[in-house]
Amino acid sequence: MPTKLSARFCSFVLSLFLIAFALPAFAGPFEDAVAKFANDDFSDTDEAIGVVAGSGNKLAFPIISALQDGRLMADPDTKKVYVTGTDGKSIDAATGEAVASVPDSASAVRLNNRLRRSVDAALGSLTLQSPDLVARLQAAQSVFKSHEETALDPVEGALAKETNKSVKTALGEARAAILLFKSDATEVQKLEAVATIKARGDQDALALLSDIGTDQPASVAKAATSAIGSIQSSLAVWSSVQNAWYGLSLGSVLLLAAIGLAITFGVMGVINMAHGEMVMIGAYTTFVVQEVIRTRYPALFDYSLLIAVPLAFLVAGGIGVLIERSIIRFLYGRPLETLLATWGLSLVLQQAVRTMFGPTNREVGNPSWMSGAFELGQITITYNRLWILCFTLAVFVILLAMLRYTALGLEMRAVTQNRRMAASMGIATSRVDALTFGLGSGIAGIAGVALSQIDNVSPNLGQSYIIDSFMVVVFGGVGNLWGTLVGAFTLGVANKFLEPVAGAVLGKIAILVLIILFIQKRPRGLFALKGRAVEA
Amino acid sequence: MTPHMLTRSLDRGATIFLLVVAALGVLIPLSNLLLPAGSFLQVPTYLVALWGKYVCYAILALSIDLIWGYCGILSLGHGAFFALGGYAMGMYLMRQIGTRGVYGNPILPDFMVFLNYSKLPWTWYGFDMFWFAALMVLFVPGLLAFCFGWLAFRSRVTGVYLSIITQAMTYALLLAFFRNDFGFGGNNGLTDFKDILGFNVQAEGTRAALFALSCLALILAFLICRSVVSSKLGKVLIAIRDAESRSRFLGYRVESYKLFVFTLSACMAGVAGALYVPQVGIINPSEFAPGNSIEAVIWVAVGGRGTLVGAALGAIVVNYAKTFFTSGVLAPYWLFMLGALFILVTLLLPKGIVGTFSAWREQARERRPAATTASAAAEDGITEPKMAE
Repeated sequence: MPTKLSARFCSFVLSLFLIAFALPAFAGPFEDAVAKFANDDFSDTDEAIGVVAGSGNKLAFPIISALQDGRLMADPDTKKVYVTGTDGKSIDAATGEAVASVPDSASAVRLNNRLRRSVDAALGSLTLQSPDLVARLQAAQSVFKSHEETALDPVEGALAKETNKSVKTALGEARAAILLFKSDATEVQKLEAVATIKARGDQDALALLSDIGTDQPASVAKAATSAIGSIQSSLAVWSSVQNAWYGLSLGSVLLLAAIGLAITFGVMGVINMAHGEMVMIGAYTTFVVQEVIRTRYPALFDYSLLIAVPLAFLVAGGIGVLIERSIIRFLYGRPLETLLATWGLSLVLQQAVRTMFGPTNREVGNPSWMSGAFELGQITITYNRLWILCFTLAVFVILLAMLRYTALGLEMRAVTQNRRMAASMGIATSRVDALTFGLGSGIAGIAGVALSQIDNVSPNLGQSYIIDSFMVVVFGGVGNLWGTLVGAFTLGVANKFLEPVAGAVLGKIAILVLIILFIQKRPRGLFALKGRAVEA
Repeated sequence: MTPHMLTRSLDRGATIFLLVVAALGVLIPLSNLLLPAGSFLQVPTYLVALWGKYVCYAILALSIDLIWGYCGILSLGHGAFFALGGYAMGMYLMRQIGTRGVYGNPILPDFMVFLNYSKLPWTWYGFDMFWFAALMVLFVPGLLAFCFGWLAFRSRVTGVYLSIITQAMTYALLLAFFRNDFGFGGNNGLTDFKDILGFNVQAEGTRAALFALSCLALILAFLICRSVVSSKLGKVLIAIRDAESRSRFLGYRVESYKLFVFTLSACMAGVAGALYVPQVGIINPSEFAPGNSIEAVIWVAVGGRGTLVGAALGAIVVNYAKTFFTSGVLAPYWLFMLGALFILVTLLLPKGIVGTFSAWREQARERRPAATTASAAAEDGITEPKMAE
């Protein structure tokens, strides 16, 4: 059925063309309007835009968009107008007939700012009925912003035919915007318009209402003022919600980077300055997995992260065990020396990665289920941030459960609480040490998989997280995973709420200074372990 | 008996060290200035500047050794004090440029004209006078160290916690100094210096004099550290290093001792930075990078923590190696070597070069016949009163 219909439509258009061909002398209003572009007069051009846009002619869209881009050429002598396509081919604007070349005497039709607005509005209304949903939505938005009176009829026409709910809302808002600015609209219409725009409630609605001018009826002006007030207060709430969301998102990144450190530093008391490099190794593992998938099994790309997570855990964890066995076990009880040795290790690992993969950023792609965003009220939430938040919480819960309920977790806690007693009970303490360190490093590797989705994968990836991670662990309290959780989210949210006030860098400095001051008050962090030891 | 012998052997080492530094401080400038260029014994000007840089690093290493080696405070932010001293000197040098800058503004340095400053920020007042700048070289790092230390030591932040917050301190300063509107030249830092006290910074004579001054500063810093660590105060510091709580229970005000030595050390680092800047011709925020401070700690660890000579030697040896390796075909491997140095020194050479050497000599001495040991003990008896002072 549709094919039949479209075939019929085509033949109809074709016959129209034939008529146009057959009767070139019988110029309709469309052709007259097109000829006006050649007058080189701004008010004529404006009139022509209105008529062409309202004509419903198939050529209207190419003509107006050519006008916008300076591709509409007019010959003042012959009054002929040509559209030069982006591909360099030209057509006669009045007939749509292809022409070999545009005469030299033709020049581009000039625009001024007022005309540019009309062009935008005309284009907006022309695309209002486009079959593409996104194009319709954008057209409705652009009419909402330009609110040209000429667009009222196309908008109402489109509104009557529209079936999609969100486009319909957008068109209704566009109509309201036009009516609000239309001088001869009735007071009732205008009040309804204010209500519709108020319901939209975003920054654009605010801008529109703030600029309605003074020549409005008193009741409309009053309604607009109250609408502005209510939009502003709801926007303020939304901006706090947005800050909170950004803060949670940053907090989840911090938590992810710090959680492995909470194991190695918090539980074992080992200062691992190469922790950031474990994160980096995880990110590079993701890169390698994606490279292999890209070249061999492109269909699996969406599962690349699922494959990378266990691999990154094994790679980083394995390197962690190796480090513990070869370096750290000789340095237990000498925290400052451990710090220096692991710093040296971080230099070696960074340089090794730089030698293998090059110093530049490596491209790690987002799988389809992690790209894109959705709107929640007035804020936009990207899927990758949401997934990272969920992933972080999942890692946290699993880790907590592991420490609480598994045999290895029990042994780990036993060894950290009283090493000699644990050894006397038959726990192989050195094995537990190696596994604990491997676990912390492995979790850092998993963090690297997640961070590769939002950060540049470069040899310096780890360094940018190491100071923040230590801050989180120290702030939250060493040896306490819950402290790390609270610390990470507190710092993330505090950072994002300070940012709009103080700027990104000053906000960060302020956080660092606050932590330094905080440590003065509570040298053992937010959730200090209670104990009798004079010195930790 | 053992510590006396150690002290005496170090004393001899210290004397040799001071003589060598003094000789270099006199001979290198003389050879540079008096001998004809290109002659076999003439030290080229670029080497004078390079060695001047090493000497400044040696002063920084001494200041770190004073707190880490003798008081157990591992500061990972000493580069901040070094850089602050450098900035104070850099600000003086900027004010000396005057109308010779690109924009020719008599008051405002070029970058301020560029950033549309209408008048000099208050932080720059007085830096056109050398004595004021010189005072600030000591005062600014000292004040920061005093405030920071007062907060940290009073609330008993120790060990790795202190290390991490000193690192956060230098990181915060790094971020602040990178900002253009902070008023200290932003990421470009301060550079394009013309003259110091009326002498051209680029001139050979000035460079030679700066080198000699750096050597003099190293000698003075060494003597100050030496007198601190060999005094009664130094004994308390070592006690704090080895058993902080016990020292507190014995009635010493641990935090006051720590605060004193931390502030002194920061001032020394500031002086090192101030001498460094005119010799390298630039100071920018990357001097605050946490990596620099940790690298300075490793110089001390390589040379020998708790031996002043070792700290200075370590700084020179590591930096000489850095220059040597980063300029040749081995450049990509320098970070491997530096990293390996960190790991190997902490694992295999915890006392550093000088510490291991004197321990080894001490062992050799103990194996000698009893008669020699007795005479050595007698000598110790003579040196003992001197040490107690």
